[in-house]
Amino acid sequence: MALTDYKGIMVYAEQREGELQNVALELLGEGKKLAAKLGVELSALVLGKDVKKLSDKLFEYGAEKVYFVEDKILDKYSTEAYTDAFTAVIEAKKPEIVMIGATTIGRDLAPRVSARLKTGLTADCTSLDIDTEKRLILQTRPAFGGNVMATIICPNHRPQMSTVRPGVMEKSAPEKGKKGVLEEVKVTFSDIKAKVVKIVKEAKKQVSLGDAKIIVSGGRGSGSQKGFNLVKELAKALGGEVGASRAAVEAGYVGKEHQVGQTGQTVKPELYIACGISGAIQHLAGMQNARTIIAINKDPNAAIFKLCDFGIVGDLNEVIPAFIEELKKA
Amino acid sequence: MAVKNIIVLIKQVPNTNEIKIDPVTGTLIRQGIPSIMNPDDKHALEEALVLKGKTGAKVTVITMGPPQAETILIEALAMGADKAVHISDRLFGGADTLATSYTLMSAIKKLGEFDIVLAGREAIDGDTAQVGPQIAEQLGIPQVTYVKSVEINGNKLKVQRALEDGYYDIEVETPVLLTAIKDLNKPRYPHIGQMFDAFNREGKELILWGAKDLEVETERLGLKGSPTQVFKSFSPTIKRSGEILGSSVDESVKKLKTRLKERHLI
Repeated sequence: MALTDYKGIMVYAEQREGELQNVALELLGEGKKLAAKLGVELSALVLGKDVKKLSDKLFEYGAEKVYFVEDKILDKYSTEAYTDAFTAVIEAKKPEIVMIGATTIGRDLAPRVSARLKTGLTADCTSLDIDTEKRLILQTRPAFGGNVMATIICPNHRPQMSTVRPGVMEKSAPEKGKKGVLEEVKVTFSDIKAKVVKIVKEAKKQVSLGDAKIIVSGGRGSGSQKGFNLVKELAKALGGEVGASRAAVEAGYVGKEHQVGQTGQTVKPELYIACGISGAIQHLAGMQNARTIIAINKDPNAAIFKLCDFGIVGDLNEVIPAFIEELKKA
Repeated sequence: MAVKNIIVLIKQVPNTNEIKIDPVTGTLIRQGIPSIMNPDDKHALEEALVLKGKTGAKVTVITMGPPQAETILIEALAMGADKAVHISDRLFGGADTLATSYTLMSAIKKLGEFDIVLAGREAIDGDTAQVGPQIAEQLGIPQVTYVKSVEINGNKLKVQRALEDGYYDIEVETPVLLTAIKDLNKPRYPHIGQMFDAFNREGKELILWGAKDLEVETERLGLKGSPTQVFKSFSPTIKRSGEILGSSVDESVKKLKTRLKERHLI
């Protein structure tokens, strides 16, 4: 394969039931910066049954070109049909870089596509950059449970493919009414063998920690449900969301949808208050990009104190009620 | 058509949850980290054993890794697997997910007929979740990832596939590859007697294959066969002041309020 045959950056615009996923817009924001560095075009790809109409939003958020494949076989997500469509578009349009949101669907689809194309795929990237001289994308991701950061390259295969963690990249401000080139790609599908027969939405909706400005999280050090309830009260007093470390989720203090960290959600609020959280790397991987981090912990040697902006050494059962009282004062 | 052969892919990993930062130096404490069977893989194995109970299928576990990875094969045999395959060769070293999946796919092909391949969704040392789907693609069979429940009826499976905010009900026939998550089941403990048998190879089959035992193109193995390369690795950097506020609860919360106001956070 001639590497120079491949040009441009393509963002996979994941939609579910006709709704674009947030991460698609985040990838366009990042893609715009990378495309400028490379001096190439930014395109978006959307697959589904009736998805042409989603192009308006993709243009507003930075796509210069939008490719779409429409077929009734793409109505519900199918690994096989979506792989057929995705690979057909890549083979026809030859982007040098392809970015996919690392959602549970993106992480199903991307490896299948990369294996069919026999190219490299880097999972769950948290930062991307360009080596302009070599025209390579530098893909940085946490590995080893977030204990090590690794920058990965894909020098001799195209496209260079990455999945990117939701909530990490920033959307650019939408340019209302901005238009670009819209192009339909026709695809021949093979039969699908694994069929989605029902989509079940669970009432317990994912807490949107990703967009939260303030998060108050509790960890193992909450000590009890009562202790964790104080964490919830503080979140309420500050108008924030409730987060948790894995230990707190495993102790059953709160549902997994609140979990922040390597195996939970990645967040970047203005304010993150970690209560009774020791500061395991596993947790830090999900919240270290918060603007301001406050730690409340009774163990003065807890690692979290090295990683916070301000810390209070004390029992959260005393500190939180006192702080809530303090907040009530004018 | 009943299910006869189930293959489970397992990996030995360092228990990354045990890794802590030295609070004084800020560096990683790597010593004494135990190696374990990757947690998601254990759920995959448990499901295979549950399906074995329902169908009488033979369960074969495969791992790719250095000699010491044999430990998890013995553990798998002691949990109830019938046969274990260890693929190990210097040529496999430094493999990324594509080269790894190519190697494992070749081992699965060599085993012959199979109905279900089960793997963990992801390994805790790499967290990529890529190897399962990449094997399914190279075997040319459908996949269902993030599996949280499995019902079996002959060669038909009804599977629940977890999403961020719910799940899909998916219907699929064998052959198929499934990747397991924690919600799927609760893994059983290894049976001590079976552990002993497994160590002594009594009534259990444990085989070792190198690259020459597989039908593989050597340029697709290991580092050479990996499209991705590690350009550099480094410790996550954290630059924060870590200022401890006050010495009494009263003083601390007052100072905290002031700091937050200064930063316009409240």
